[in-house]
Amino acid sequence: MTLGPHADFIIVAYGMAAIVVGALIAWVLFDYGAQKRLLADLEARGIGRRGSETKPTADTRSA
Amino acid sequence: MNTQTSAQALAWIDLANPTRFLTLVERVLPWLVAACVGTFAVGLVQAFFAPDDYQQGATVKIMFIHVPSAWLAMFCWGLMSVAALGTLVWRHPLADVAAKVAAPIGAGFTFLCLITGSLWGRPMWGTYWVWDARLTSVLVLFLMYLGLIALWRTVEDPSRAGRAAAILTLVGAINLPIIKFSVDWWNTLHQPASVFRLGGPTIDASILAPLLWMALAFTLLFLTLHLAAMRNEILRRRVRTLRLMQAHAARGA
Repeated sequence: MTLGPHADFIIVAYGMAAIVVGALIAWVLFDYGAQKRLLADLEARGIGRRGSETKPTADTRSA
Repeated sequence: MNTQTSAQALAWIDLANPTRFLTLVERVLPWLVAACVGTFAVGLVQAFFAPDDYQQGATVKIMFIHVPSAWLAMFCWGLMSVAALGTLVWRHPLADVAAKVAAPIGAGFTFLCLITGSLWGRPMWGTYWVWDARLTSVLVLFLMYLGLIALWRTVEDPSRAGRAAAILTLVGAINLPIIKFSVDWWNTLHQPASVFRLGGPTIDASILAPLLWMALAFTLLFLTLHLAAMRNEILRRRVRTLRLMQAHAARGA
């Protein structure tokens, strides 16, 4: 199988697809790690959803 | 029948609970990732060994990523439109979460659609870009995605941002039929529909098979990314809520 006279265009197109898909996957993975770390940090400081004496806000109920 | 209907309603309400939703995502995500990797493996092998098109030659391989990207660019806005109705009409708690995280993913696939289209256009049409109705309406879609992302980032309160974004999304949905039928309504350089059309696809089976496999793989990838991003957004809102509670407690102390 050969990619013919326009091989460069095909390779760049697949390369761009790999970059865009890779960026989306990286965004989801890093964001997950970051949010988990922030939650763990808050809980370590004793700020838990059930531990606090503050009344739940509308956000607490929806998230 | 009544019992079944109420059971379905209960399941819907159950899913509206973000904690239950997170449990469901944790359970479904590994299966989705496996299905996604499997279909991509089949799709890419088929794309690699697909015969050259009698007119396009080997550049037909670009179509195996261009067409699924174009499909997802529109599907994603359609999904956000349904979510917008969920926010405005049913006030479903996960609707604006779904809409918010879909926008960057949709923008990514629309960008990919435009780039791969340009890379195909240069050898086939002799130009990277032409201001015809199909290309221009997809560029408008990409700009609308960017506008939505900017709107979400501008308004700090997620519920207020959600309502504004929902209205903008529904207004933007007018562009979807314009994109789909632009090739019929106007005289465009872009070819007319060849997959989703009355009378069936006009593509040879040897090229249609890899195209459909890649479309399935891209769709599974989108669903995987979307569910994972929704999980992240729910966690982000938890962090925000806990910080608000912390600030409240500090003020009261």
